[in-house]
Amino acid sequence: MTGLIGKKIGMTSVFSVEGKNIPCTVIEAGPCVITQVKTVETDGYEAVQLGFGDKKEKNTTKAEFGHFQKAGSAPKRHVVEFRDFEGEHKLGDTITVDVIDEAGWVDITGVTKGKGFQGVVKRYNFRGVGDATHGQHNRLRAPGSLGASSYPSRVFKGMRMAGRTGGAQKTIQDLKVLKVIPESNLLIVKGSVPGAKGSTVIIYQ
Amino acid sequence: MDLIKVAENAFAVESNLPKFGAGDTITVHYKIKEGSKERIQDFRGVVIQVKGTGVTKTFTVRKMSGNVGVERIFPASSPFIDGVEINKKGSVRRKRIFYLRGLTGKKARIKEKRV
Repeated sequence: MTGLIGKKIGMTSVFSVEGKNIPCTVIEAGPCVITQVKTVETDGYEAVQLGFGDKKEKNTTKAEFGHFQKAGSAPKRHVVEFRDFEGEHKLGDTITVDVIDEAGWVDITGVTKGKGFQGVVKRYNFRGVGDATHGQHNRLRAPGSLGASSYPSRVFKGMRMAGRTGGAQKTIQDLKVLKVIPESNLLIVKGSVPGAKGSTVIIYQ
Repeated sequence: MDLIKVAENAFAVESNLPKFGAGDTITVHYKIKEGSKERIQDFRGVVIQVKGTGVTKTFTVRKMSGNVGVERIFPASSPFIDGVEINKKGSVRRKRIFYLRGLTGKKARIKEKRV
């Protein structure tokens, strides 16, 4: 497996060779610095820790700063561990968007946009109850029944109801890579990616 | 915003469309695929808006088919556009001439621009 940390730039659309208009997301992926290499001997498993996005030293704890110094890198805002990273890697190496295979697919993890407290129609795609007309007046977006009556005499755990929506980590699998532009660290994938513009995303391939 | 441009330019194909704006009468030669055959269809009408920039630029052409108005939105960078021919340059005061939708007959005429 390979991977990178990136920033969602935004969406646009491009025309394919066949003339199809394809929606795509532009991601600024990397460059990332290897801030730690974990091995079976020392940690019990193989992994690589990547850092992305600079932050000021005054915003870094001394412990963190020492950790980054060991890798010879400036303090990084985002640090993510990738298990079983492909290839030989040393502490302090830079990983760029070149590691992404242009002909392949990627999985992208991000935090979805927060929607606040939402009802079940928006949150779980319920269809609401009843008609908008014919004398109805207040059941259009209602959840309906929560269950049976005297047995079980309670509402089952996990019943889908209204509540805080979005703002949760989500992974979109198998997004097709349309293009990799190494000069400007750009990765362009087909389709949408969780999160707002400027939010951090993790790319796995 | 800038990086979006970089990404779009990486896909951009050079456009050979002539310059036109709202009020102009144009003929769009549009490639249509029917099974494996490809033929070219003409759509002649008045441009009522040009919208967007770069790859996402589109323009709307309105024509009267019999006495029914037909509007078609074309993506400017679509590979299906074979060519655009400008038939008349119109003189209009605004960028989006949606008022044309409410007009028929002699009222729907657009003054020609003197060159």
